[in-house]
Amino acid sequence: MAELSQLTRYIESYVDSSSTPSLQAATLEAVACLVKNNTLTLEALVREMGLYLTTTDNIIRARGILLLAELLTCIGAKPLGSATIHSLIEFFKDRLADWKALRGALVGCLALMRRKSNVGTVTSDDAKAVARSYLEHLQVQSLGQHDRKLCLELLDCLLEVYSDAVAPLGDDLVYGICEAIDSEKDPECLMLAFHVVESLARLYPDPSGPLASYAGELFEILGSYFPIHFTHPRDGDADVQRDDLSRALMNAFASTPFFEPFVIPLLLEKVSSSLLSAKVDSLKYLTLCSSKYGADRIAKHAGAIWFSLKDAICTYLEEPIFSLTSAPLHGMHFQNNEIVTEAISLLQMMIMQDSGLLVSSIVNDDDVSMVLNSIACYKKYNVFPALEKQKLHAIGRILYVTAKTSTSSCNVIFQTLFSRLMDTLGFPMRSIGSFSNDDVPPQRLKLGSLYLFIELLSGLRELITVSEEPALQYVSEHEICCTLLNSFSTSLSRAFCYALAVSAETDPLDPDIYIGVKGLQILATFPGDDFPVPRFIFENILRKFMSIITEDFNKTVLWQAVLKALVHIGSFIHKFHDSAKALSYRSYVVEKIVELLPLDDSSMPFSLKLEALSDMGMTGRKHMLRILQGLRETVFANLSEGYLHGNSRSAQTVIWLLECYSCKLLPWIHENEGSEEFVFQFAVESWDQVGNCMDFKAPSEEKGLLGALMKMMKLAVGSCSVDSQNIIVQKAFSILSSHTNFLLKELERLPLTPEKYDISHRDEWIVSLFASVVTAVCPQTCIPNKKVILHLFIITLLRGVVPAAQALGSMINKLVSNSNDAEISSDLTLEEALDIIFNTKVHISRTVTLQRCGGMSDGSEVVLTDLCLGIATDRQIQINAISGLSWIGKGLLLRGHEKLKDVTMIFLECLLSGTKGASALIQDSLENTDDLNRDPSVMKCAADAFHILISDSEACLNRTFHSIIRPLYKQRFFSSMMPIFLQVITKSQSSLSRSLLYRAFAHIISDTPMIVILSEAKKLIPILLDCLSMLAEDIQDKDMLYDLLLVLSGILTEKNGREVVTGNAHIIIDRLIRLMDYPHKTLVRETALQCLVAMSELPHARIYPMRTQVLRAISKVLDDKKRVVRQEAVRCSKAWSIA
Amino acid sequence: MVSGSGLINANPIIYEKKKRRARPAPVVADDEYALRAISLTLLNHIRDIKDPEHPYSLEELKVITEDAVEVDDNNSYVRVTFTPTVEHCSMATIIGLCLRVKLMRSLPLRYKVDIRVAPGSHATEPAVNKQLNDKERVAAALENPNLVDMVDECLTPSYG
Repeated sequence: MAELSQLTRYIESYVDSSSTPSLQAATLEAVACLVKNNTLTLEALVREMGLYLTTTDNIIRARGILLLAELLTCIGAKPLGSATIHSLIEFFKDRLADWKALRGALVGCLALMRRKSNVGTVTSDDAKAVARSYLEHLQVQSLGQHDRKLCLELLDCLLEVYSDAVAPLGDDLVYGICEAIDSEKDPECLMLAFHVVESLARLYPDPSGPLASYAGELFEILGSYFPIHFTHPRDGDADVQRDDLSRALMNAFASTPFFEPFVIPLLLEKVSSSLLSAKVDSLKYLTLCSSKYGADRIAKHAGAIWFSLKDAICTYLEEPIFSLTSAPLHGMHFQNNEIVTEAISLLQMMIMQDSGLLVSSIVNDDDVSMVLNSIACYKKYNVFPALEKQKLHAIGRILYVTAKTSTSSCNVIFQTLFSRLMDTLGFPMRSIGSFSNDDVPPQRLKLGSLYLFIELLSGLRELITVSEEPALQYVSEHEICCTLLNSFSTSLSRAFCYALAVSAETDPLDPDIYIGVKGLQILATFPGDDFPVPRFIFENILRKFMSIITEDFNKTVLWQAVLKALVHIGSFIHKFHDSAKALSYRSYVVEKIVELLPLDDSSMPFSLKLEALSDMGMTGRKHMLRILQGLRETVFANLSEGYLHGNSRSAQTVIWLLECYSCKLLPWIHENEGSEEFVFQFAVESWDQVGNCMDFKAPSEEKGLLGALMKMMKLAVGSCSVDSQNIIVQKAFSILSSHTNFLLKELERLPLTPEKYDISHRDEWIVSLFASVVTAVCPQTCIPNKKVILHLFIITLLRGVVPAAQALGSMINKLVSNSNDAEISSDLTLEEALDIIFNTKVHISRTVTLQRCGGMSDGSEVVLTDLCLGIATDRQIQINAISGLSWIGKGLLLRGHEKLKDVTMIFLECLLSGTKGASALIQDSLENTDDLNRDPSVMKCAADAFHILISDSEACLNRTFHSIIRPLYKQRFFSSMMPIFLQVITKSQSSLSRSLLYRAFAHIISDTPMIVILSEAKKLIPILLDCLSMLAEDIQDKDMLYDLLLVLSGILTEKNGREVVTGNAHIIIDRLIRLMDYPHKTLVRETALQCLVAMSELPHARIYPMRTQVLRAISKVLDDKKRVVRQEAVRCSKAWSIA
Repeated sequence: MVSGSGLINANPIIYEKKKRRARPAPVVADDEYALRAISLTLLNHIRDIKDPEHPYSLEELKVITEDAVEVDDNNSYVRVTFTPTVEHCSMATIIGLCLRVKLMRSLPLRYKVDIRVAPGSHATEPAVNKQLNDKERVAAALENPNLVDMVDECLTPSYG
């Protein structure tokens, strides 16, 4: 009883029209919960609700019925007995007549109809009864939007799920639907309405059925919606977009062939509409409709469709793009135009459906014959009048599509047009048999017909290649198009060659060149060894191209075009590895290119040779291998030449070749997963060669060769596997130990004596090369004699060999740490290595050591860090030590090691003069130094060490060279350094050290990610501005200045930064105004102006006082000598004068 | 300025905008004064100024055309000639003021800017010309907040 009273309360609160929607939803849920738990049966509920469902009060009745209906929606997954369902649907069906309480009835019907079959469904008799009642009582169009939507949903559901039950209703149903959707306006309802029509069409496919007789009426309603045009807001709550509606309407149009007499004329009319979207839509609809209606029905419209198609293509096709880079293997390339694309897909569809009729109307078309006649009148492409050129393009496109669509259409086109085109070209059909070489003078050449040939041939080519089954290639032997091409290919290739010859002589920027090259390229990329294009023709084409490559390098456009064509042919041919054509490509092109390399003819520029070489190599693996071999031979031949005999030309050749190898070929090899073997071999052999050469003579002074060799060695080692790296390292080590003055045994003895060795040029070469190997290896690779190598690197870095320092940094970065892996005890650990670096005594002779350091043992043995701090009087050693230490520090920074802190402290100490106690570590040494020891160049070096620490380097310590990189290391470094810098900068006394501290900090700021800077913007802004004014003084710092200015502009444009900026607006604007006429870098001026524009958006009260000052400054910049700056100044002055 | 009686020229003819001419490639490494196509640059500054009455730019209404701008860079002299849409157009002074303000903001100070109505295109041509080239009257007009608002409004849609 308690439950019942509770239930009554629920019902009351739902029915009450004054209760809130959320309360109603809650009560509905509560009741649904009761029913789902079986605490309340449906029968009991209905009995309880009795009066609410039948009362004469319209509002209460409507709410009551809605409650029941919503409840049924909620319990859609609960099984119900058939009797229950029957009585419920019976009830709702009757209620459809009750227009005052309709919503509930609709929702209820829908809820019951949509039930899954496993939980009990409405029987088909009941469904039929619902449909009858619907048709009898509902006036859909007189209802509100939501009710209309429900009605249409119900209709849709009836047609989809209970199609068998409603089918017998016949005419009534069709008529009812017409009435229901007539003059509907709401997008959502329209989506449903269109779908209803589609379902209806599926229901009555019979030509004598009810739909056939009503098709006219139904289409009258539908047709008025085409073309869909609506002005709803694009975003917002409207879910239905124009495209959805258009697609739904298209499906409705195409749903039944009975619409054909009405649809096609309408669409044809709209194709010629001036509204572009209507044009596109009509073409789309035509494509779908003609595929759905079937060939027979469309046949009678074919002529009309063809005309409007031709018209659309003629009008909207733009100039072709004469560039060989795009769409290499298709016909001419055009700018994408939606109308043209749709028209072409319609054309293709229609040809596929019924080729004979349409193709014959294409062939017999007046425009086609007009174009064929007109091309005979003009010799060159550029002399065509604009109108005829447009026709030519359009007809070309149409021929292309016709040829590529089906074999039969292709045959017809070739049969009818080929001979005519040949005639205009000057190769009469009859002379096939007795064709002699010279009977066509190039003067008679007609470029227009060649243009059409390109489209035709590429269509045919696509037709043949798309079906890659060999079966079709057999078939093609008997096809007319292929036999025609076969018999005429000689003449065609000759004609295209003539085109090249004729055009190349005259204008360098000629589309004729494109036509010639493209034509030959298409001929060369037909599949099949001897058919349809015979091999000797293929070879002739290659020969022709190669002769251009080797001789006509002065005609840049032609040369580039030919190279691209050769590359396309190469990558196409490479797919058929062992075919005869692939073989001839290799011998005619690849071999020829390789032969070019060693030739010392000064005629062809070496850069062009390299371009041809690398492009050709990238066409396929086999080609690449051959080219690499050639490259290797040339490099080695020139290498010894280059530095034994000091032949600078050979040296330059080697440098170019190695550049090309490391910048172009190596990345390709890496991407295409091939020939690591070669890379490895080449690296090892290079070591051999270097060793051999070193035996005889010290290398020349030239650094370029060493640089190129090092770069190649690093990249090669970096891309090898660990095993190969091991071998290369061993090889390098053996050469190192046998070819230098260093006695590696001696290096183990302490203290190190850098001065003992006079590092010769040869030593520097070998150590640098060895260092580049060490820089690039993986952490897993094993390096022999690590301790000795560490010593070696320390000595050499003190003598100023930077690669040694970089290698040392990389080693430190990759060594295994004690704590991580205790097992490998034999190997040198990170801790031991650090111990060696920081505690090994270095012997410095007494003369260069400060006398005041006499307190130390012997007075001449110091450690690396002391050197940095200037124990020795030799400034060069100090600078070398600092820059070496910075690379070591970078290695530590990347892996996030705490020792980094000590390193940065040393740098800071170098920067500070006169202040004590920044670091306990070096306090002792500090006492030994004084201001006089500080040399500005040393301090600058220490400041720039921070640049090395934080910036990304290409030379070492990056992902390519397998460094260990801890995530967010820059952020970490920044946040640990910032407080220290803020403190020392404020404390620093001397202006010199302050300016260098600024410099160091500027390095850090400009390389730190923006997001961290933003969070600290408040503290940074004053320092940033000081840095800016400091850097603006020296012309050498202009790049740094720009980087820093970018940081400032980053802060300005960010929302968080704005607040900070507002506080400092005055000084920022002041600084920016000074940078506005910075004479040394345009970008600085431009960025300063952009920053000022951003500043003008700050709160008015803050910036108004500066307005006059800014405007006065800008008026000077308006006269800047760079255009970009002037334009920026105009923008800025506008922004500020409105402010 | 617009009184309750409605627009001065209620139905102006709209012309098509000319395509922006691509910046000619500099012949020498960088653009020096002698080489820059300064009159085009100038035109770009003023072509987008909005008409005070209609939501069209001066170029669309053919108030400004390409030949309307004459520049003598050596003597730092610029002359802009504009053509009001109707002869009795009282907006002519406003348009002229807009042109002057815009050029003031976009040109270096050394230029002397001369703005005038095309001969024969306006009923009170001498008066308008005199008003537009009188420094004091221009300065006075720019002290008037209503006028400044109106000018700024016309200049907003422009860019460059």
